[in-house]
Amino acid sequence: MKFGVSILLTIIVSFAAGLYLPFWSVALVSFCVAAFIYQKPVMAWLTGFVSILIFWGLLAFWIDVQNDSILATRMASLFPLGGSAGLLILITAVVGAIIGGLAALSGSFLRKYIDSLNS
Amino acid sequence: MRIIPFIVTVVVTIGLIVTLSKPIGSIPPLGDFLSPQTGFWQNAEPVDAHPSLDLNFPQLKDKVQVYFDDRMVPHVFAQNDEDLYFVQGYLHAKFRLWQMEFQTHAAAGRLCEVLGPGPNNAYLSYDRNMRRVGMKFGAQHSLDSMEADAATKSMLDAYTLGVNAYIDQLSENELPLEYRLLNYVPEHWNNFKTALFLKYMSFSLSGAENDFELTNVRNVLSREDFETLYPAFQDSLDPVIPKGEAFAPPAVQPKMPVTTDSMYFKWNTFASIDVSPVNKPDKDNGSNNWAVSGAKTKSGRPILCNDPHLDLNLPSLWFEMQLHTPQYNVYGVSFPGAPTIVIGFNDSCSWGVTNAGRDVKDYYNIKFKDERKEQYMFNGSWVNSELHIDTFKIKGALPFYDTVAYTIFGPVQYDHSFTGNSRSTPNNSFAVKWKAHEGSNELKTFYQLNRMKNISDYHEAIKNFHCPGQNFVFADKSGDIAIWQQGEFPAKWRRQGDFVMPGVDSSYLWQGTIEQQENPHIENPARGFVSSANQTPTDSSYPYYLGCEYPIYRGIAINRYLWQLNNITIDDMKKMQTDNFNVFAETALPLLMSNVDESTLSSEEKKYLDILRGWNLRADAVEKAPAIFELWFDNLEAEVWNDDLEVASKPVLMPLEATLVHCLTLSNFKFADNIKTNQVETIQDVVTAAFKKTVPVVSMADQKANLNWGKYKDAGIRHLLRLAPMSRFHLMTGGGANTINATKQFHGPSWRMIVELTDKTEAWGIYPGGQSGNPGSRYYDNFIDKWSEGKYDKLWVMDAGEAKDKRVLFTMNFN
Repeated sequence: MKFGVSILLTIIVSFAAGLYLPFWSVALVSFCVAAFIYQKPVMAWLTGFVSILIFWGLLAFWIDVQNDSILATRMASLFPLGGSAGLLILITAVVGAIIGGLAALSGSFLRKYIDSLNS
Repeated sequence: MRIIPFIVTVVVTIGLIVTLSKPIGSIPPLGDFLSPQTGFWQNAEPVDAHPSLDLNFPQLKDKVQVYFDDRMVPHVFAQNDEDLYFVQGYLHAKFRLWQMEFQTHAAAGRLCEVLGPGPNNAYLSYDRNMRRVGMKFGAQHSLDSMEADAATKSMLDAYTLGVNAYIDQLSENELPLEYRLLNYVPEHWNNFKTALFLKYMSFSLSGAENDFELTNVRNVLSREDFETLYPAFQDSLDPVIPKGEAFAPPAVQPKMPVTTDSMYFKWNTFASIDVSPVNKPDKDNGSNNWAVSGAKTKSGRPILCNDPHLDLNLPSLWFEMQLHTPQYNVYGVSFPGAPTIVIGFNDSCSWGVTNAGRDVKDYYNIKFKDERKEQYMFNGSWVNSELHIDTFKIKGALPFYDTVAYTIFGPVQYDHSFTGNSRSTPNNSFAVKWKAHEGSNELKTFYQLNRMKNISDYHEAIKNFHCPGQNFVFADKSGDIAIWQQGEFPAKWRRQGDFVMPGVDSSYLWQGTIEQQENPHIENPARGFVSSANQTPTDSSYPYYLGCEYPIYRGIAINRYLWQLNNITIDDMKKMQTDNFNVFAETALPLLMSNVDESTLSSEEKKYLDILRGWNLRADAVEKAPAIFELWFDNLEAEVWNDDLEVASKPVLMPLEATLVHCLTLSNFKFADNIKTNQVETIQDVVTAAFKKTVPVVSMADQKANLNWGKYKDAGIRHLLRLAPMSRFHLMTGGGANTINATKQFHGPSWRMIVELTDKTEAWGIYPGGQSGNPGSRYYDNFIDKWSEGKYDKLWVMDAGEAKDKRVLFTMNFN
């Protein structure tokens, strides 16, 4: 339950934050969600990782479909990923996921520390 | 201790974010670059969504509507000039901002700022050359001239305002892709940048002197040999102004200095020059244009055709538009970076341009008192030079400072600190005198051409055009056709400025300017057509010296067709503009065939000779013969000239192809002999030897199935940054330098246009690119395939009442 809610919340708030803030807003959001909705560190990490993986992955995929992969194919040759738009979407999603996962892990540890002070 | 895991993960997270926020080598900051919300993904335009836009700008006086058609061409309907040019600037920026800025950076010698110093300081060298040749110097003079004219100033101001209106509202996630890749942001536009862009066109089109090359050749040839190999007129020339036209006596009579024998025509003296000019524009920056009168067309109205040949890049140099106000209505292609339509037509007239190719850039050998370059010898005394310190900001490095001396001749482009290709010339300094240094207002010409109603408006408009010299072709609905080689050209004595000139006194300076009325021109000739293809403008009866390096074959082909054709239709013109018949091969191949000694050829060699024998002389993409012929002739040039020019300092200029063709008909052509061998070679020997050298290369290409001309030539359109994934390669195209379809590998017809001046104008056009400069748009390169196939799009001149037409994809309303 907490897992699902956290993921949903992370995705929605990240999207909103991303309209105004640079890419690191996903870290900020993942961090805050993990700090407010406490889960064990492993689960928090997974939440952050999966949230941003889905968020960036789906968004990039959606953009790419509407674009007929014109740009992704060019960028995936420039970088070089053999011109594979799919691979570029995956890399985009995983980079975001790593940021999200680490930030959520930090949030969870912070919550754990604060809780330990109160108990 | 429970805080430690938190601290560790926070530090790691922040470390990662910081790492992803910084560029690593040539890789942009990956965090923002990859984020689908802010990064490059935002440049991926939905292919089918074209929402209409309402925009509000307090700068505008009135409403402006822009209708985009299905080719993404904007049709701009404004109520006044200021609003019109504001919107033109806005649209140029919206579609081509990065390119506009990059090209003006290139013109201003500022590439280092965004690209770094480059491998072996290549970009820094490029930048220094642009400053030293006087690009900013000339642009400033032109800006002063343009801003002194009220109409031009108001147009420039409105345009700049429009570009900046776009830049100011550009959010980070709309930043063009190239800015992201190179990790910088656009700066504000200004009128000076427009002046720089126009100066860049002067550089491309009037920068093609060969002073150093010809000086090096002169040093090893006798006067007689030089005149044979570098003649001022080719025998087979078919000039722009038909042979036999009479010219008035010259208004200016330039006098050759008395010292030329000892100081200038130093034939065969083996004097040393040793300068390699850098970054010269392509010598084939040329073009075709012609207009046929109603007497030769089916409709009874004139047809005008134009195709300027330039480097073919993505984003394209051209941006197609219709500009409409209650006063006038013009359609054509514009330069992103400048207001107005540059080549096109309005409701009464059409115009086009080709390059005149006249030499308006000369070098003078300056004698400085010492290394500080503060004083130089002029008319017998030491005169102070002006030392300018140029600053070059360099991405990722400390700034570089370059001191350039300005003399009465012009800036010193080459000296001990800048020798072109790091070859030192401790005792020589060369100042460049170039027409483009002077202030002039070429934009006014386009401003007036856009509005002209008849031939006298055309006469008035072109007078403002000084540099680069162009052949302005004209046709209108009342039936007039005309061509005028327009520019401000120095009146030179014979061979003046072909070689580097002495720069110690005033005797070698340009003595005057050819009057505008004396520039070669013709109207409504009896033959019913006018044309130009960069050939020598007149025959030898023209009273001024014209220089010696003009291509002749495209002009011959064009005039031959135009003589033959009658009842001409637009389809005839399309066929002609994309025609691959090679007049050069038609002239040269019989001479090669009659001189090749077949008895010495192997069976494989004979096989390839037979391909040539059966050739229809067309450089079509599927033919094998064009590659064989070209290689054969290249090898022949090397066989004939290399041994003789080897002793000269480099660089040198080989004689023109047409000159060698002519030489093959001479009975005792002494340069056929290879001076490094004991026996005396004849024309037969060198032609045969050249063919034997050709066959192994040809055979190799044939085995790899690469001999077909389209594959062998391997044409492409390259991104300005030369990034392969953003370029288009391996286009199957025919044509070449000496055919009307002048498509070379990376150079060729940059805009093909055909305009029939019937009551309702009918026009066709295409360019190898697309309207959008964004590699993430389907409109980035959508014209290229059609262009390669030699096909055209019909150009839609929209009426204000056609807003509901199904061709309108979306509308932008400026309020």
